[in-house]
Amino acid sequence: MVTALAAVSAAIGIFFFGWILYVVLQKGARALTPAFFLELPAPPGVPGGGVANAIVGTLVITLGASILGVPIGMLVGVFLAEFGRHSRLAGVIRFSSNVLMGTPSIIVGMFVYATVVVRTGHFSGYAGAIALAVIMLPIIARTTEDMLHLVPHTLRESALALGAPYWKMTLGVVFRAARAGLVTGVILAVARVSGETAPLLFTALNSPNWGFPNEPMANLTVTVFNFAMSPYEDWQQMAWGASFMITVGVLIVTIISRFAMRQKAHRR
Amino acid sequence: MSQDNLRIKTFVDHGPEHGDEPSHKTEGTVKMSTRNLSFYYGKNQVLFDNNLDVAANRVTAIIGPSGCGKSTHIRVYNRIFELYREQKVTGEVLLDGENVLGDDVDVLRLRKRIGMIFQKPSPFPMSIFDNVAYGVRLQYRLSGSEMTERVMRALKRAALWDEVKDKLKSPGTALSGGQQQRLCIARSIALEPEVLLMDEPCSAIDPVGTAKIEELIESLKKRFTIVLVTHNMQQAARVSDYTAFFYQGHIVEFGRTNQIFTNPAKKQTEDYITGRFG
Amino acid sequence: MFETSSIPSGTLKKSGARSISGDMVFRLLTRIASAILVLIVAGILVELLRASWMSLEKFGPGFLVSRDWNPVTQEFGALSSIYGTVISTLIAMILAVPVSLMLALFLVELAHPVVSKIVGGAIELLAAIPSIIYGMWGLFVFAPYMADHLQPALQGAAGGLPLFQGPPMGIGILTAGIILALMVLPFITAVMRDVFQMAPAVSKEAAFGLGSTTVEVARSVTVPYGMQGLIGACFLGLGRAIGETMAVTFVIGNNRSLSWSLFDAGNSIASTLANEFSEASEPMYLSALMELGLVLFGITMVIQIIAQFWLKRMARQTGRR
Repeated sequence: MVTALAAVSAAIGIFFFGWILYVVLQKGARALTPAFFLELPAPPGVPGGGVANAIVGTLVITLGASILGVPIGMLVGVFLAEFGRHSRLAGVIRFSSNVLMGTPSIIVGMFVYATVVVRTGHFSGYAGAIALAVIMLPIIARTTEDMLHLVPHTLRESALALGAPYWKMTLGVVFRAARAGLVTGVILAVARVSGETAPLLFTALNSPNWGFPNEPMANLTVTVFNFAMSPYEDWQQMAWGASFMITVGVLIVTIISRFAMRQKAHRR
Repeated sequence: MSQDNLRIKTFVDHGPEHGDEPSHKTEGTVKMSTRNLSFYYGKNQVLFDNNLDVAANRVTAIIGPSGCGKSTHIRVYNRIFELYREQKVTGEVLLDGENVLGDDVDVLRLRKRIGMIFQKPSPFPMSIFDNVAYGVRLQYRLSGSEMTERVMRALKRAALWDEVKDKLKSPGTALSGGQQQRLCIARSIALEPEVLLMDEPCSAIDPVGTAKIEELIESLKKRFTIVLVTHNMQQAARVSDYTAFFYQGHIVEFGRTNQIFTNPAKKQTEDYITGRFG
Repeated sequence: MFETSSIPSGTLKKSGARSISGDMVFRLLTRIASAILVLIVAGILVELLRASWMSLEKFGPGFLVSRDWNPVTQEFGALSSIYGTVISTLIAMILAVPVSLMLALFLVELAHPVVSKIVGGAIELLAAIPSIIYGMWGLFVFAPYMADHLQPALQGAAGGLPLFQGPPMGIGILTAGIILALMVLPFITAVMRDVFQMAPAVSKEAAFGLGSTTVEVARSVTVPYGMQGLIGACFLGLGRAIGETMAVTFVIGNNRSLSWSLFDAGNSIASTLANEFSEASEPMYLSALMELGLVLFGITMVIQIIAQFWLKRMARQTGRR
């Protein structure tokens, strides 16, 4: 009886995953034309047009978020795993990190709106990047801490016993030992934030043009939102195309990095 | 038996007022010595007033039942214990007469002079060559050929060269346990330290590998002063010149190895080496 | 017994040039980064408070229980948003928790390792799908399906209940709740799976040794053992569901009515923010939205604290960090 229920639950999970994936691939594939990748959005009713600017914008914003979020997050992880450990300060940081991890991404968007957009006076690509970096921060910190904890203590002591300063030991030996896990964690975090919409709504906004990082900047996710909510069928079609891009991109990156992590784990 | 009864003066007490140990007086030079060394994990004292002299270019073995503080004792010598906040030490550890526990001591320089081998082989996640070169690169800027020379010399001294000369680029973790431990020894002696601390270096190694490492220790003592912590009494008897017997954080007895093993002065030592406890 | 060697002392002393070491810089950098993290969390709270001050002053605690939401008359209250958030989240939890529990049991205890790996992988990928994709699928595919099949079926089966009144439009609070359930399912499952894997093999083997079946072992050992962890898992999922924005915004209907019927369109805090934030031109309107954000942040923070409390308690009991 329980076994049957459990199997049904598993089937439910698989079924919905398959359904969503099928719909996105099937509806999205129809929108993928050369123009989709190469052109700017066209007004409703005008044939052609694409989301080239949004593809570039998503890449730029995600890259910017990674440049900000990955090093800071890793440094926090190093503090927690190497220096803080059981200190009270580490407790405060872990608590903050958990709170930030549980904070809805739309709240992060509002925070960046209030601190960056209002102060600079305009929406901008970099405000979007900052918002995504804030979301990334606790994920990277947690992964880094966990991965560094897996590195055996003898390795640290061996490097220190050779006269290595702590920082060279951490970066040269401990990071190297944890490399596979760290890379996977970072890639998963980047993939996750690249699919975020809510934090970009009031930061990067969207734009029908190419846009520079200091202006409102087009991106795939907000494009999906705007186009899907529009009453025009050709725009909705575009939204499916953009959904296809996001889903396939995120899933492929996720699968590859998980697979890589497992391979690595097997070799150990 | 109370703790106080165990606190026996070590037999090496020296200085002007203790000139009463005639048998070993002319035995070469002291490389390191500890003076009233006590050690605490938090509030828990685990070493009590250890006084011990380590002779230059000799192997000094530290034996005793597990948990007696022997590893803790040598972990003070290169201050590796400082990695853990809750650990505290009092007393002195002298290296060539200089207290290594002083506030103004450069720990990195200290560790360059005192190498350490750990219980579990711990090759770094890099090639065999880079493992050996790691410590050297921290200290010196060498040209490629000088570095190759140095790595080769260290591997030869560690009796590993013949086994790895064709695969210097393969990862150190791919070696067998015994080979890994010799790699760690090579890594340490590539820095030309003066003292080599070995913390049960064979406890995770098979008998063949152990024999090789013991052989190696014998040959290394010409160049280095070696302190060997071991729970294996036969090993201590085989390779060491001096032996200290630790029990519950006290140095019960210290002397020439053959004397400790054939004619111990203390009942406890005798009980331990004849296998009555521990 | 030995003579002290004659090598000159002083060679261990620090040289002056080393006074600022790489280690100090490195340590400082990690501290600065950690401070940034803490400051961001504090900053979110402070900024939201500051930005919602006008609304806090004007409406006071009545904001939470007022049904008004009128940008023209500048009267704002959060009740309908809170109601929509609570109800949709409640539906999500009622649906997701039992399924997650079963699914986690299936993955850890019941399924063949190969099957477990494949199903587990699919569930992990379900978690990786961005929320806007759930929104697209929900609006264009699932909502029409609801309207055509599920809602009429519910009305047929239990049409008398006030919960299932009104025309089956597809979008609405119920649809939002179902999609939310789907979205939090993988998260709750993942944490529950970890919890089950922590259950000590020894007591499981003891139970098997007594002749218990797998299911009995699960009921008598695995589940009770991890109860605290399971509660923690539920709160983690709850926190996610409450703050979920895009998928809900697509399907909840964005209506300010307060109705018993789950078929009615409603709104959640997050969906209101997503829809109205960029339109809010008057300071009071913006301030009221900021206060909505503050309410949401407060709720998720409390939930997070509760979740961590339970998870830590279990970790302490199992002797893990």
